[in-house]
Amino acid sequence: MTTLIDGLSLGAIYSLIALGYTMVYGIAKMLNFAHGDIIMVGAYTILTTLNITGNPYVAIAVSIVVCTVSGIVIERLAYKPLRGASPLAVLITAIGVSFFLQSIAQLIYGSKSQSISLPDFGKVSVGGLEINVNTIITLVVGGIIMAALTVFVKKTNTGRAMQAVSEDKGAALLMGVNVNRIIMITFAIGSALAAFASLFYLMQIPSITPTLGSMPGIKAFTAAVIGGIGSIPGAMLGGMLLGLIEKICLSIPAIGPYTTAIEFSLLIIILLVKPIGILGKKVREKV
Amino acid sequence: MSNYISNVKKQFKFKHIATWVSVLAVLIALIILNSAGALNRSTIGLLSRIAYSIILAVSLNLVVGFLGELSLGHAGFMCLGAYIGTFSATGLSKSIDSDLLVLILAMFIGGAVAAIFGFIIGLPALRLKGDYLAIVTLAFGEIVRNIFKNLEIFGGAMGYNSKTYNQKKLFIIAFVAVIIVLILIQNLIRSKHGRAITAIRDNEIAARAMGINVTFYKLFVFVIAAFFAGIAGVIYGHFTTPVLYTTFSYNYSIEILVMVVLGGMGSINGSIIAATLITVVNFALQSKLSGDLAAIRLMVYALVLITVVIFNNAPAFKPIKERFSISQLKARRIEKKKEIIADDAAEWNRIETKVKMDAVLTTDIPHGEEPLQEDCDGSEKEGE
Repeated sequence: MTTLIDGLSLGAIYSLIALGYTMVYGIAKMLNFAHGDIIMVGAYTILTTLNITGNPYVAIAVSIVVCTVSGIVIERLAYKPLRGASPLAVLITAIGVSFFLQSIAQLIYGSKSQSISLPDFGKVSVGGLEINVNTIITLVVGGIIMAALTVFVKKTNTGRAMQAVSEDKGAALLMGVNVNRIIMITFAIGSALAAFASLFYLMQIPSITPTLGSMPGIKAFTAAVIGGIGSIPGAMLGGMLLGLIEKICLSIPAIGPYTTAIEFSLLIIILLVKPIGILGKKVREKV
Repeated sequence: MSNYISNVKKQFKFKHIATWVSVLAVLIALIILNSAGALNRSTIGLLSRIAYSIILAVSLNLVVGFLGELSLGHAGFMCLGAYIGTFSATGLSKSIDSDLLVLILAMFIGGAVAAIFGFIIGLPALRLKGDYLAIVTLAFGEIVRNIFKNLEIFGGAMGYNSKTYNQKKLFIIAFVAVIIVLILIQNLIRSKHGRAITAIRDNEIAARAMGINVTFYKLFVFVIAAFFAGIAGVIYGHFTTPVLYTTFSYNYSIEILVMVVLGGMGSINGSIIAATLITVVNFALQSKLSGDLAAIRLMVYALVLITVVIFNNAPAFKPIKERFSISQLKARRIEKKKEIIADDAAEWNRIETKVKMDAVLTTDIPHGEEPLQEDCDGSEKEGE
């Protein structure tokens, strides 16, 4: 039971990261490899502001701002010049950005892991089970963010414009949608989600390294693909599923060391059996 | 038969063999230097590293530059080759005396195992494109590392204690391997199959419509690239010990990708130069940048990757690129020549029509005036 709750709370983190991936993929049609490293940027920002101000809430707010701004800056400098270029070029650039962020962090903070002390709210017992309050916060806040995002995309004008751009960029442009602005907003939202993910990540594992973001980033992308990339409910489902699988595998001693291999094998199998993911939409290739 | 030979002679161009012939020349020079004792230990080590880096870069270029698919698991294939190759070499050396034969057999075994996994990874490649394929190959690299980390026969987390080969001879064998790989890959690219592969890169649907078996060629390229990466891994395993899973991380795959992108996607010569350059720079910086400063190297790689790709692909840079590219300069010179010729032709035509018009005018007027007649004569002479 504890394993299940741990799995769900890890799943909530993966879901948040996967949402960032899936939104950017759905709208800009590119795999933002640097998304995982935005989480790392968020984590270091929380660390730095916490050391300066000592107030965790200020730290969280600053980290959201910094992540959003860096997401926009990356989009403007690295991805926007390549709009209309081949997907391979964009992908390689994204990898370059990811490396760049990691090396900058290593130059500033060093490669040693740094520990951070976020407020711990202790434990509560629910029906005989000891559950970390942090876990509950992760689940509740994660759920609220996902619900808010769904409402935003479905109900607001900007959200509808996003759907339009994701469907057909050219047609959206003709309908008076500012495509560049929409893509920028998408990156901003995705990066803000990454800031939340970094907070929840630190609440579970309170140590920071420059490569902190890359593994969760890749796993969250796996989650997004499993759920069906480009679909918001798919990203949530995939994230939760992957979090559960990871925690369950780790809890069984015999297969524990092979958890990473199992997760990625799952990705390969899903892509072979159902390449569009569980909730994905089929896209026909046009000549 | 004689007809065939003359055909071969006619088609033979030095530029087709220039690459491997120059590598061979460098190798011969190195062997002479080595036998004269002019190479010290670290230089010989560097040479082996350059050799396997070239194999890695060239084989990755086959996938990225010629097939147009991104593979982020090249280090994974190398990892397979290194572990399996050195492991089988240890087993083989018990029954075979000759070290060289053991190494060659190990190369084939390591390459073959990597190729089998290349086939397995190539299978999803048939259904997936671009980003998905990149992530599957990345996942593959992580799976391989994760499994080797936990297998006790291969030394587990401590790495496999491989037996290193005589360093003074290893670089010669490694460079011979490079030359063979270059001959194979360059002939492949110039063949019918190579043209099919580049056709798939340029437009998969069109290639399929032309009757190219896309499935077969994609698998084919993956298997070949994996085989060569496996061989590079075997060389690596005989060069250094222990063979440790941490070496073959995602970062290493990216480093190979940087070599390919820097050298130019789809350019074998470029890959060779870039692989040599980056290996030498790595080697030179290894002792100078220690600890966290090593990140400067990664940062420079990242910046090189971003700027090269943006400059080569961004629509905004196209005019600048066209202005300064050598092939465009040549094309423009030819264009200019053509323009001059075209101008001359226009001049001739104009004169001739003028003559005819004048002739018509003169016939129409019975009593032609003197000046007009003169004009006509003059231009006719010009026309002749």
